Amino acid sequence: MSPAPLDARDLGKRFRREWGLRDCTLTIPQGAIVGLAGPNAAGKSTLLALAAGLLAPTEGSISVLGRDPLREPSVLAEVGYVAQGAPLYRSFTVGETIEFARRTNSRWDDEIVGDLLTRVASQTKVGSLSAGDRARLALALAFGKQPQLVLLDEPFARLDPLAGREFLQLLMDGVAETSATVVIASHVIADIERVCDHIVLLTGGGVRLEGNVETLLESHRILMGPRRPLGSIHGVQRVVRERHSGRQLTLLVLSDGPIADPSWTVDQVGLEELLLAYMAPERLPTPSPPERLPLRWHG
Amino acid sequence: MIEFHLDPRSGVATYLQIVQQVKEALRLGTIDVGDQLPTVREVVADLAINPNTVAKAYRDLEHEGLVVAYQGRGTFVSSTLAPASLRHHEELRAALERWLQTAASAGLDEESIRALISATLRETLARQVA
Repeated sequence: MSPAPLDARDLGKRFRREWGLRDCTLTIPQGAIVGLAGPNAAGKSTLLALAAGLLAPTEGSISVLGRDPLREPSVLAEVGYVAQGAPLYRSFTVGETIEFARRTNSRWDDEIVGDLLTRVASQTKVGSLSAGDRARLALALAFGKQPQLVLLDEPFARLDPLAGREFLQLLMDGVAETSATVVIASHVIADIERVCDHIVLLTGGGVRLEGNVETLLESHRILMGPRRPLGSIHGVQRVVRERHSGRQLTLLVLSDGPIADPSWTVDQVGLEELLLAYMAPERLPTPSPPERLPLRWHG
Repeated sequence: MIEFHLDPRSGVATYLQIVQQVKEALRLGTIDVGDQLPTVREVVADLAINPNTVAKAYRDLEHEGLVVAYQGRGTFVSSTLAPASLRHHEELRAALERWLQTAASAGLDEESIRALISATLRETLARQVA
């Protein structure tokens, strides 16, 4: 079996006195499209920068495609990283930007870039591109490297809904073409919900929840019923979030079997609601270690 | 060729929506044995969804024996869900149209035609059951 695209063990990064990321242990499965979710300053950018070899860990280790990105930077030829805001040289034309990327990358495929990047004229200056076209150019360049792993830091932050959709289409087209594993950091879950099949939720610098999306949604339920003292409920392993309004009680639970008690109305949970529940500050501080669900992805 | 559409609010998993849309098209005969399904890449670029999702839907359809995937060529319909009677539909419809014209020239209005059809249908079915 080939090594995991991204594997972190007790990974931590301290900036002066603040920890940007701490006790981060996770394995990204091959071929997954991973949503790296979490509020601002949760450590998402730090994790991606560590994976891209731009930062050195303070503690623990990170391995990218089985190699240490700092000690073996050659691995970075197989990693496409797009930083926040898709920084590119504004005074270059699109054509010059592609030429620059061609010359600075050992693995390069013009055809992929050409296939992906339609509708952007090569004489146009990068500085005069729309935010959407600039984001698509940066993404096409990342795919031109024929990457095995693509890391995207808040790619939707400056895009309107239409540009966001076009960006996703290009991203999925690139994935279909290259079979790359993708990690998309985003604090807006709705932006990534459509495509991601694996979720890593960071809060306060640590991994709060991780797993296959389908498995996570199957193992959680919303229960609604009259307010009552909470004992143990058959089929409920753990209550993630508890909400009262008047005489009504609403629970978001991790379930381990059918919930038969007819006094509860049982409903499925959406990804956004699930992640918000795990992010909720009233549940913090939480006992570590992070949630490891019984069922895990087997790619 | 079939074109997929997604209803994100349906609560039905994306891959299942694709499976259901293929099955419906097979039932209605809008796609038939030998027809090609759009490639994974085409679907992905169109709907902005995960290629794994499309691949999963196609795998499900293959397991059910409805399509066959040929490496490098694409995925093709190998079986149909349309009832065998579907091929007679056109002929029957033409006969029915001729009958409707006869009824109209005999002076029956729409209501009378409907009444006659439903009464005849009811009586015929009752005779068959008895």
